[in-house]
Amino acid sequence: MAHGPAKGIGRWLRATNHKDIGTMYLWFSFAMFLLGGAFAMVIRAELFEPGMQIIKPEFFNQMTTMHGLIMVFGAIMPVFVGLANWMIPMMIGAPDMALPRLNNLSFWILPFGFSLLAATLFMPGGGPNFGWTFYAPLSTTYAPPTVNFFIFGIHIIGASSIMGSINIIATILNLRAPGMTLMKMPMFAWTWLITAFLLIAVMPVLAGAVTMMLMDINFGTSFFNAAGGGDPVLFQHVFWFFGHPEVYIIIIPAFGVMSAIIPTFSRKPLFGYSSMVYATAAIAFLSFIVWAHHMFTVGMPLAGELYFMYATMLIAVPTGVKVFNWITTMFRGAITYETPMLFAVAFVILFTIGGFTGLMLAIAPADIQYQDSYFVVAHFHYVMVAGALFSSTAAVYYWIPKWTGRMYNETMGKVHFWVSFVAFNVTFFPQHFLGLAGMPRRYADYSLQFADWNMVSSIGAFAYGASQLLFLYNVIATIVAGRKISDPKVWEGAEGLEWTVPTPAPHHTFSTPPAIK
Amino acid sequence: MVSKAKQLVRGGIGALALLPWLHAAAAEPAARPESWNLLNMPKGVTSVSQNVYDIHMVVIWICVWIGVAVFGVMFYSMFAHRKSRGHKPANFHESTKVELAWTIIPALILIVMAFPATTSLKHLYDTSEADLDVKITGYQWKWKYDYLGKDVSFISELATSQASIYGSAPKTEFYLEEVTEPLVIPVGKKVRLLMTGADVIHSWWVPELAVKRDAIPGFVNETWARVDKPGIYRGRCAELCGKDHAFMPIVVNAVPEEEFNAWLAKKQSETVALRALTEKTFTQDELMAKGEAVYGRTCAGCHGAAGEGVPGVFPAIKGSKIALGPVADHLAIVVNGKSGTAMQAFGAQLSEVDLAAAITYQRNAWGNKSVDNIVQPVDVFKVKNGQ
Repeated sequence: MAHGPAKGIGRWLRATNHKDIGTMYLWFSFAMFLLGGAFAMVIRAELFEPGMQIIKPEFFNQMTTMHGLIMVFGAIMPVFVGLANWMIPMMIGAPDMALPRLNNLSFWILPFGFSLLAATLFMPGGGPNFGWTFYAPLSTTYAPPTVNFFIFGIHIIGASSIMGSINIIATILNLRAPGMTLMKMPMFAWTWLITAFLLIAVMPVLAGAVTMMLMDINFGTSFFNAAGGGDPVLFQHVFWFFGHPEVYIIIIPAFGVMSAIIPTFSRKPLFGYSSMVYATAAIAFLSFIVWAHHMFTVGMPLAGELYFMYATMLIAVPTGVKVFNWITTMFRGAITYETPMLFAVAFVILFTIGGFTGLMLAIAPADIQYQDSYFVVAHFHYVMVAGALFSSTAAVYYWIPKWTGRMYNETMGKVHFWVSFVAFNVTFFPQHFLGLAGMPRRYADYSLQFADWNMVSSIGAFAYGASQLLFLYNVIATIVAGRKISDPKVWEGAEGLEWTVPTPAPHHTFSTPPAIK
Repeated sequence: MVSKAKQLVRGGIGALALLPWLHAAAAEPAARPESWNLLNMPKGVTSVSQNVYDIHMVVIWICVWIGVAVFGVMFYSMFAHRKSRGHKPANFHESTKVELAWTIIPALILIVMAFPATTSLKHLYDTSEADLDVKITGYQWKWKYDYLGKDVSFISELATSQASIYGSAPKTEFYLEEVTEPLVIPVGKKVRLLMTGADVIHSWWVPELAVKRDAIPGFVNETWARVDKPGIYRGRCAELCGKDHAFMPIVVNAVPEEEFNAWLAKKQSETVALRALTEKTFTQDELMAKGEAVYGRTCAGCHGAAGEGVPGVFPAIKGSKIALGPVADHLAIVVNGKSGTAMQAFGAQLSEVDLAAAITYQRNAWGNKSVDNIVQPVDVFKVKNGQ
């Protein structure tokens, strides 16, 4: 009954198999990660010491903008879609994704979207230079002419996300093996179900924001232009109504990965499964009603300021529940520290630190000092890099033996972890100091009192960047020449349907649904 | 060197990480102040800033103690419950009591934090009964200060030289923190700060005053500061506003009241003197000399030091139709700006004399030879006032 994949390039262009599409998503996001990382290296090289040395301020702004856009939309979002494609059907006992052709389309428009975006760097006027948050009127009246390419790039990327989300929801709601009720699903499937609803809710809002920009720029409307009766602050409200759920879209699937890895290597079931589900849903709900905490200096009325402060502080409660649950899962387990577990433990520690600074940022009067400073940069890299990125790295180490039937090199994995862990903290911890001492973000150059910690941060960044090449090497070496394994249950403590199929996972799995105990 | 390095970067070639090392060997920056111990927020010199500092410290310490407790349990477990020490896994996976406790306790801690935060925010928002009103306008890339009702107004922009930024001159103590003219305010008086933007959104931030408020085109935001201690306080633009975002610092000079009044009187007499100068007729040489300085300060950022512009973004002035064409068109675009582009209305920023000098300079420099090559302040005055 099972047939193998097609031969040659057609296998990939016409792919409808969830594993093939998952693989393409993973490679695509890794390529974008290296590109966005290269931009980060340019930024840190320029900030290595005071003065402009290697690039001009206008190009610096293009680098910060493209770094943010590529990392958020090109690296972190697609990597989790890739993991969802690979793992969700195998976790819920489904033969494939519910909508395989839509799956193909949602992947294959991505390279075009990012080509449009990246091509602007080589056009007259240069690429987008208004930050990844592209506040109007800097991104409308004062934008370079290439802004239209940026807008269409965002439209394409957004369409891809919406299609991917529809597919994930359809798969989870329709294709679970008989007997797998929603409350028996692995947390990774739960977190993606919630994330997919968030995406469907907010990607159209982003599309609306960029379409209003398009109208303002080309068709004489004044949505964001006060001179024509519009309001630049309207842009920020619309953007952050998308943008705040967006940051949870990035982190919630990471929670799901953690809830798979920590029990495996603690050899103990996940603590508080149902409270994990409710906490995730609560975080998703709160994400819709806190957006203006990104705008505490914009001049909101006192009542608005107080409301957004209180609502934002509330997020600490469900987030705390998740952290406590992971730690209690480890408590009285039998823990071993393979590479995925090392990244998972680092995730819990560093994400919690990012949560603490998040709580500080929620306090509106104090945020007057933190807003738009390097303190914010440090905060969101603790949750984006040590959160989302560490978790996706852990996921690759955790599942690659299942994907390839080969074991990665554990020593190299551990070296990768320790260099990443140390370099990450050397890069981003000093940025807290810089921000508190008064250095704003998106600065191409800075005054002399910020010199020392900037240099430390740059050194950390170079080491962090280099350590990712080791990761790339380790992954390729595993695929090409890793030690072959065939035990379906790769990890001693692993539970779940994906560990019942053969290793490596065959092209088609669960053509007949498994029995759920 | 700079543009070559840029090409390398754009092409993605070369060991990027090595570039700054190579550069450091070529131009050692000047001695910089010891900055390793700059770790925390300044306590500042206003009641708001001290308030904010106290809340900041309270929240940090709460986070630290929660962190000690949570990570304490975690590290204990990571060490004690290792398989390699022969620990056998337990099998518990839920406890309603414990889960309720760690939902309720954090919520209570948050409520405790919310009280001082609310009080402090109310204080911060109380802009009533000010002694002095200053309107602050953010421009790409400078600040304009208007003392409302006092007939004093001036532009404050970066005083650090391009040579210093690009490494051909040393970096001095207040590199990127020095301006042509600071905002002067009286000590002990409540100063209401009214913020607006002329082009894009800027944000006026002085950490020691705990003032950060967005300057938004078309809207006026208000906040306030009462500085208790005389001194010079430095800040920066905090909202990305384009190319020279990092190059529009803020300097506030808080002085005793008598000193402030003397300064204000001097500025007022300067305003009168400048108005008188508007009626004077200047020679071409006078205008060219003055114009070169104004051009370098105000126009060169976009249009280039030699009027060459930036292809595709900012038009060249050298050989341009406007600089060589009728003087009326040239005056109109400089005074009123060009809507929908980055070309600002400089009529609101520069004096008649400065505008006349800059336009005259543009019409005669770099081989430009226009027919009507001299513009007098009075010509500018007529355009500004619609005559």
